[in-house]
Amino acid sequence: MMEKDAWPLWEIFIRSKQGLDHKHVGSLHAADAAMAIENARDAYTRRMEGVSIWVVESKYVHASNPDDSGSFYDPANDKIYRHPTFYDLPDELKHM
Amino acid sequence: MTSAAAERNFQDKVDQDIRIEPKDWMPEAYRKTLVRQMSQHAHSEIVGMLPEANWITRAPSLRRKATLIAKVQDEAGHGLYLYAAAETLGTSRDEMIDQLHSGKAKYSSIFNYPTLTWADMGAIGWLVDGAAIMNQVPLCRASYGPYARAMVRICKEESFHQRQGFEILLVLSRGSAGQRRMCQDAIDRWWWPSVMMFGPNDDASPNTAQSMQWKIKRFTNDELRQRFIDICAEQIKLLGMTLPDDRLVWNEERGHYDFGPIDWEEFRNVLNGHGPCNKERIEARVQAHVEGAWVREAALAHARKNSVLKTEEAA
Repeated sequence: MMEKDAWPLWEIFIRSKQGLDHKHVGSLHAADAAMAIENARDAYTRRMEGVSIWVVESKYVHASNPDDSGSFYDPANDKIYRHPTFYDLPDELKHM
Repeated sequence: MTSAAAERNFQDKVDQDIRIEPKDWMPEAYRKTLVRQMSQHAHSEIVGMLPEANWITRAPSLRRKATLIAKVQDEAGHGLYLYAAAETLGTSRDEMIDQLHSGKAKYSSIFNYPTLTWADMGAIGWLVDGAAIMNQVPLCRASYGPYARAMVRICKEESFHQRQGFEILLVLSRGSAGQRRMCQDAIDRWWWPSVMMFGPNDDASPNTAQSMQWKIKRFTNDELRQRFIDICAEQIKLLGMTLPDDRLVWNEERGHYDFGPIDWEEFRNVLNGHGPCNKERIEARVQAHVEGAWVREAALAHARKNSVLKTEEAA
């Protein structure tokens, strides 16, 4: 059974060092955003794994549906000309 | 897709080592097995804090105290990673904690043994964490994505636990006669319970075949146990101590150590609630949960008040 007043779930994103993206590392429960950031520090950066933390309440994350992935990603399937290796060029061509 | 087709599709993915993610279709039994295993694992981390917390205030030096606190804090973190991973399967945290407190869910039987001397901190780090690592490393490749990712994080942190334990024993083994006795006594008490941590023998473990087909498990209980014993039988030589098994002997033909019979009666007893500390451990967990209720409520009330204030300011 769900406790009526359970703390909401938050998704945690950590930037491991300046210049890199924030990356999803997991989730945790907290009463509010400030607590989520502090808990994320204690749970996910005990060994200096981060320089910046983002927290997003899980209910605000909308996701694509894996069952539709066949048709959903279909438009990109047959467009190999989007890749540089598609083009037939002589080996003598340098710096390209 | 029919359910038979969905099941084939699922097993194909598992066979190809494509990870299963929370929103993917999965057989109900797979989901159930995972929730049971992951929540048990999480409970073990949380209950596992208790035997060691017992020694934080009495650690023999500041260095030992700081490392023991760090280790216990890691275990809280490991419990959290695993609860969070299990929640992705649709079981709430409160549900899992209720199951622990009511005795419906199990945790590793090893934590129902008492920690009688400081040397037990060494033996737990070396043997208990050693056995746990042996179990956990293959789980980093488990078929369920969130579980595997949590295990990668846990294994990274776990290796310091084992090293700090062995260091404690090493110092004692080079100490006074009394310290050496204490070291041997702790090894004697923790050895067999650690060997039992791998679970029943393969022929008494009916779920193993299914778990291996689903790639939740990669090795059988007996394979991992043998590997653990082979490693410890060598490591103990560095301590100049002995393992309490007079049938422990290198078998050239097998390329493994032979070992004596395991007391499965004791294992079942402890698992069924009749170990030395089962009652005490659960009571401590329940007490912490009950006494912390006002903190959880107050934090939520504070968060709600703040969000109302913000809405009013904005208006």
